[in-house]
Amino acid sequence: MRVPPGVSASDFAEAIKQFQEAVGKEWVFTSAEDVALYRDAYSPLMGEPNELVASAAVAPDGVEQVQKVVKIANRYKIPIYPVSTGKNLGYGGSAPVLSGSVVLDLKRMNRILEVNERNAYALVEPGVSYFDLYRYIQEKGLKLWVDVPDPGWGSPIGNSLDRGGGYLMPQYRNHFDSHCGMEVVLANGEVMRTGMGALPAAQTWQEYKSGFGPWIDGMFSQSNFGVVTKMGFWLMPEPDAYLSGTVIVPRHDDLIPLVNTLNYLENTRVTNGMPDLASPLLGIPMLSEFAARFDQGATPFDRPQDAELTALIAKAGGNMSPELDDYAQKKGIGYWSCKLSFYGATKANAANWAYAKEKFSAIPGVKFEEGDVYKLPLTAEQREKVHKPQFGIPSLAMFSIGARSAMNPEPSTGHMWFSPIIPRTGEAIFEANRVFAQAAKELGLPFLNFNLPSTYWERAFIFIFAFPVVKDIETNKKNVASFRKLIQVAADHGWGEYRTAPVFQDAIMNTYSFNNHALLHFHETVKDAIDPNGILSAGRYGIWPKHVREAKS
Amino acid sequence: MKNARVGLLLALSLMITAPAFAAPDQDQIEKGHKVYDKWCFPCHGTGLGKPGTDSLAARGQKPAVLEERTDLTVPAIKTFVRHGVLFMPMFRKTEVSDADLDAIAAYLTRNNKP
Ligand SMILES: Cc1cc2nc3c(=O)[nH]c(=O)nc-3n(C[C@H](O)[C@H](O)[C@H](O)COP(=O)(O)OP(=O)(O)OC[C@H]3O[C@@H](n4cnc5c(N)ncnc54)[C@H](O)[C@@H]3O)c2cc1C
Ligand code: HEC
Repeated sequence: MRVPPGVSASDFAEAIKQFQEAVGKEWVFTSAEDVALYRDAYSPLMGEPNELVASAAVAPDGVEQVQKVVKIANRYKIPIYPVSTGKNLGYGGSAPVLSGSVVLDLKRMNRILEVNERNAYALVEPGVSYFDLYRYIQEKGLKLWVDVPDPGWGSPIGNSLDRGGGYLMPQYRNHFDSHCGMEVVLANGEVMRTGMGALPAAQTWQEYKSGFGPWIDGMFSQSNFGVVTKMGFWLMPEPDAYLSGTVIVPRHDDLIPLVNTLNYLENTRVTNGMPDLASPLLGIPMLSEFAARFDQGATPFDRPQDAELTALIAKAGGNMSPELDDYAQKKGIGYWSCKLSFYGATKANAANWAYAKEKFSAIPGVKFEEGDVYKLPLTAEQREKVHKPQFGIPSLAMFSIGARSAMNPEPSTGHMWFSPIIPRTGEAIFEANRVFAQAAKELGLPFLNFNLPSTYWERAFIFIFAFPVVKDIETNKKNVASFRKLIQVAADHGWGEYRTAPVFQDAIMNTYSFNNHALLHFHETVKDAIDPNGILSAGRYGIWPKHVREAKS
Repeated sequence: MKNARVGLLLALSLMITAPAFAAPDQDQIEKGHKVYDKWCFPCHGTGLGKPGTDSLAARGQKPAVLEERTDLTVPAIKTFVRHGVLFMPMFRKTEVSDADLDAIAAYLTRNNKP
């Protein structure tokens, strides 16, 4: 049996025995075969000696059991690593950051404690998946939508603690922002509730976020300060109707006013669904076109183009080129497009779309395409063709981006996401493309010539690149090295990642270094104070306990 | 990519050399169907946006839907579920327990010729 670093074999054996007493023998996994199920299936270090792996796993079934496990871990200084549903594929899976940690698998804590239809919120345990919550709401016939990320088998708690995102209205899309109230088991085993939950007779734990005094919820996301055992989330009341429409602009430089107008319309809530940027000219599809593409055996990364266009794009190399503008004009293809979504009353949606068209009409040559109008809920037939998360329906369809297809006969075994945040402007999109195209060329990466950012967040774009993970160790090594270089390139331009896999967490935290790493020093001070033995998720997001920092320096 | 093929060959050989099994009972098959619907259907089901089915279809597998197969064996199913393949990750026992996996295997082999 693998033993956690710095722990004696006898202490570990004793701790395992006590874990078994705490949660039941069958819920402590120690055989090599069972522990291997906690490997990160998409790890770029898969099969290498430095792959991040667990020593054991413990699966409690309630907050009291979590408290017991944490206390035992403290007694024997065992590093433990809590996961909720452990489906963080592309960002680390269910493997720990410090190899040899014991994974605290909270999947069995899967109770939906409350769903309130009238005031639209839920209170859940960590093991509740988006599928579970959706099914529960459907079975009870509640008129509520859950904002889901693409993979529906993750959890509101796990996803939001890693600060993931989804697809409905802006106030729900940012999953951490849409939470309201937490219960946390601290490193000493104490249970704490945040926000209004600190009031013993609280009536509004899931209705008023900040409670009284410092609002500390953010400290439990992308961190290692506690084990979250309950969390509330605001849900979206089912709207009456949905409408979409697409704005198409003809020239390269039109992206700038396109984004400016989009921002205005979003920030004034004229459009309230997730905007969907695309390029008809460059063959960059809208999200809503993915399903049809998958059906044709293509991925969103395939860019079917005629030879003339391919040559022009290659020549431009991610830059503006008058020839591409001319080609778009000649063929009557829009350079950029943005699909807007509206949730609300049928009449209000139509009026908001009409107003949006008025605003975009300031861009010469703009065209509009009417999209879909749905009375909600969707019919079975409509459900089949939409991008389900945009209607609060969990699915696993997005895994098709990596699937075997006619165009991709030897698919990868996983991927890692490089995802820097850039300003929400057209200029920033151009600049990021120029910089990353140049870097990709120097690093020999097969990146596409042009990439459009995702619009999850209200006030900034995320630029997402998927690096493939393959069976070949050398290729993975090369990609990990390139990824590290891109982190630095991005930081040099003032762009930082919003989230990352354990392999890169130190490197990225290191770029958030204003005033000699003042922010990291603050995290470390907190860590040392509330988890003096450093047992919780050592190394997560670059925050290491004192004994590890000292050993390193 | 070579290793992926080796994995596949291994699984195929398991399919061929698997011992004959006792016919599972109906309850077990029904339980397996339920667990399958929860954990496998979103990728291996029928209809648009089923990446497991699409992937197998692209490989030339007929039928591509696991529930329609008559050639899968219990050990092969278990190997895939506990080791994963391509972007299908392995499943932990807190997700699909050994008992659940027995039931899934019973369900997916229900139409096999003895
Ligand atoms: C094809 C594909 C598409 C994807 N699309 C999206 C998307 O649209 N949006 C998105 O956000 N992500 C996306 N992802 C990334 C990822 O799959 C999801 O974010 C997923 O929800 C994360 O896994 P999880 O919910 O099981 O969280 P977990 O794995 O349970 O948790 C993530 C991390 O949070 C910490 N943590 C979890 N629970 C606790 C707890 N109770 N206490 C303390 N710490 C805890 C742990 O460090 C853990 O490693 C995608 C991935 C793939 C492969
Ligand atoms: C995230 C999507 C996904 C989920 C969920 C999933 N699979 Fe898979 N599965 C795949 C992919 C992709 C393949 C490989 C297809 C290929 O080789 O092209 C696969 C292959 C398989 C195979 C091998 C088939 C063959 O002929 O090679 C089996 C058996 C299998 N899965 C069983 C299951 C079972 C049982 C479950 C539920 C416990 C499950 N899968 C859940 C995606 C998934």
